Amino acid sequence: MGIDLSVIWAGIILFGLMMYVIMDGFDLGIGILFPWVEEKVDRDVMMNTVAPVWDGNETWLVLGGAGLFAAFPLAYAVLLEALSIPLVAMLIGLIFRGVAFEFRFKASDASRHWWDKAFVGGSVLATFSQGVALGGYIQGIAFDGVHFSGGSLDWLSPFPLFCGVALLFTYALLGSTWLIMKTEGILQARMFALTRPLTLWVLIMIAAVSLWTPLAHPAIAERWFTLPQLFWFLPVPVLVVLAGYALIRAVAFEYHAQPFLLVLALIFLGYSGFGISMWPDIIPGHVTIWEAASPPQSQGFALVGTLFILPIILVYTAWSYFVFKGKVRHTDGYH
Amino acid sequence: MFGTEAIDLARIQFAFTISFHIIFPAITIGLASYLAVLEGMWLKTGTQVYRNLYHFWSKIFAVNFAMGVVSGLVMAYQFGTHWSGFSAFAGSVTGPLLTYEVLTAFFLEAGFLGVMLFGWNRVGRGLHFFSTCMVALGTLVSMFWILSSNSWMQTPQGHEVIDGIVVPVDWLAIVFNPSFPYRLAHMALASFLSTSLFVAASAAWLLLKKRDTPEVRKMLVMAVLMLMVTAPLQAFVGDMHGLNTLKHQPAKIAAIEGHWDNSHGEPTPLILFGVPDMQREETRFALEIPALGSLLLMHDIDKQVPALKDFPAADRPNSTVVFWSFRLMVGLGLAMILLGLSGVYLARKGRLFTSRRWLRLAVAMGPAGLIAILAGWFTTEVGRQPWVIYGLMRTEDAVSAHSAVHLSISLTAFVTVYFIVFGTGINYIFKLIKKGPEGDDSHAPSGGPGKPRTPSRPLSAIEESLDGTTH
Repeated sequence: MGIDLSVIWAGIILFGLMMYVIMDGFDLGIGILFPWVEEKVDRDVMMNTVAPVWDGNETWLVLGGAGLFAAFPLAYAVLLEALSIPLVAMLIGLIFRGVAFEFRFKASDASRHWWDKAFVGGSVLATFSQGVALGGYIQGIAFDGVHFSGGSLDWLSPFPLFCGVALLFTYALLGSTWLIMKTEGILQARMFALTRPLTLWVLIMIAAVSLWTPLAHPAIAERWFTLPQLFWFLPVPVLVVLAGYALIRAVAFEYHAQPFLLVLALIFLGYSGFGISMWPDIIPGHVTIWEAASPPQSQGFALVGTLFILPIILVYTAWSYFVFKGKVRHTDGYH
Repeated sequence: MFGTEAIDLARIQFAFTISFHIIFPAITIGLASYLAVLEGMWLKTGTQVYRNLYHFWSKIFAVNFAMGVVSGLVMAYQFGTHWSGFSAFAGSVTGPLLTYEVLTAFFLEAGFLGVMLFGWNRVGRGLHFFSTCMVALGTLVSMFWILSSNSWMQTPQGHEVIDGIVVPVDWLAIVFNPSFPYRLAHMALASFLSTSLFVAASAAWLLLKKRDTPEVRKMLVMAVLMLMVTAPLQAFVGDMHGLNTLKHQPAKIAAIEGHWDNSHGEPTPLILFGVPDMQREETRFALEIPALGSLLLMHDIDKQVPALKDFPAADRPNSTVVFWSFRLMVGLGLAMILLGLSGVYLARKGRLFTSRRWLRLAVAMGPAGLIAILAGWFTTEVGRQPWVIYGLMRTEDAVSAHSAVHLSISLTAFVTVYFIVFGTGINYIFKLIKKGPEGDDSHAPSGGPGKPRTPSRPLSAIEESLDGTTH
């Protein structure tokens, strides 16, 4: 057979989730950083840097969910059932974050602090839950060949919780470097001050997750350290070290755009490492993408529409980022 | 917990989240078409009133759209988190249909919504009108996919079951399954009806508050005309939908009728009121009209309507619920027809804008369309039990294996969050309505890429604060 629909769909879903992590990551990071910035004017600027784009960023998550449902229904069923609690918590966090975004600007001075709290709480809850879900996934999903066979609280163990904390730091770093790029003056200086320790913390956490993963999960260790996978995988840690060094340097020299781009590179590398570690399993250790695939009639039918719409969305997304390029000042009253 | 089983809690959660959700798309669909009509009328006649009404209702549309998007996010994940049996079994059919719905919404949001909400002063009239029409079309296409998916679950065809999962064989047959055209027409009309009742109630409220402007009068007249046409049409379509259900899901009809027994060989009466009792297998305190059931449903006095006892007890839907939810829907539908007719009568007499009794009635009927939609969906969804996919999969096999405690917590969380978040949103919509349409459109939002406001965020189309003041 010529075209492997399962591989195409796995690619689309991985791409969609990566777009989500990269793009919603700095939106959520801004929410996490909110408590460290007190001034209303500065908070307004912070929100205005992402206000034009955050809504579009979140839609990638919906596409990822729907795509998984259509192309790999078995994985959708098993993974979402296993990670039900963190995912529901994530949705609730995203709801609060989303409406706080809108209503904060429309609230009176007396009630605004409630929406600020909802924004921070929603961002932190959504980020932490995403990290926990990711950690729970890497840790493994109990599967008896037909159903999820574990318990609702399987994700409640040290590794996933650590991943939740690690993601909080990572998104905070994405947010602070994004703001370095998009702001100036006092707010930017504040972000530089936050970025220095955050960079170190994130690099430590990357190292910790990279060590913990193979130590705790022999299957992944075997994959990492056997030939020929080792050659595929080896560039990842090397590039991570290089990017980490470049990041520390860029922050020290107070470059504006470089830190953000380097954090993106780090996340992309981490994501690739994750992809290589899992491939071609979709339920780790149990089910490959081909075994979880819906029939070709389903994958093909859904693919037609996706291939038609996806380029339009990408062009539109690129355009709206292009239009909003440059620094955001508090005089640019967004609302 | 409280004697409620996990499956009941999972069903309550689904019912709760989807009931909350459906309110927003229903009004979105109706308002989008209404806005297209308003803009078309403005372009055709050049009358200022239409333009002012367009700006007024597009603000409410924007809030409503945003609420729909946020509440819809939950739906895309809930199938997996709470109904994993269903997802694994039928995801190959419902997954692609849902994907198409998401893609349609994406396409709509990415392109035309921005132009519609923010492009008034930035693009030509023709392009703006085109965008409004595309948004209206987009909401209808979105509904098309979702109702196709639901209808396939009610009347599945075009598939085979191989190795324990559904495999699509003929997508045309799947999409255009037997109950789909009726359900689609019924729901589209329901959206238009709910919206016209909502518009009429808003206008009536403003008139009662002595806010008598040409805009308010115009929207009341438009809403009443729409009501007069769609309410009777809905009764007709609803009847055809009912006959389609009789053909494909006779047990649902038996439960709606509260009709238990055909052993006497008599024509079926129509039970107007009563209390169907699932344990005693009878409808108590029944007030019935002889033979009318046969006449209405079979269109033949000698044919009997299917009875609940024709089906094994395990295959009977809960008649107590659907008997009453159906009557609530029909009762409200009849009230809508009367409201439309009396409105037209008063308009011809020249008393529509001054009859306080009628205006109060119109305000009271404001939520009637949405209540009827919920009652109708409860009828069709409870009425297809015990099946989640009719004849293919039972609801008890569809649910994820969560404990009752887990489900109680997540249900409580959803209820709390929804009331806070959507309560604020609905409250905001009422604030906007209270302000009423304004005489000039100097406040037409003019954002968009490169401007302070942006297309991807519907709520920034509005300047009013949550407390009702303008920034």
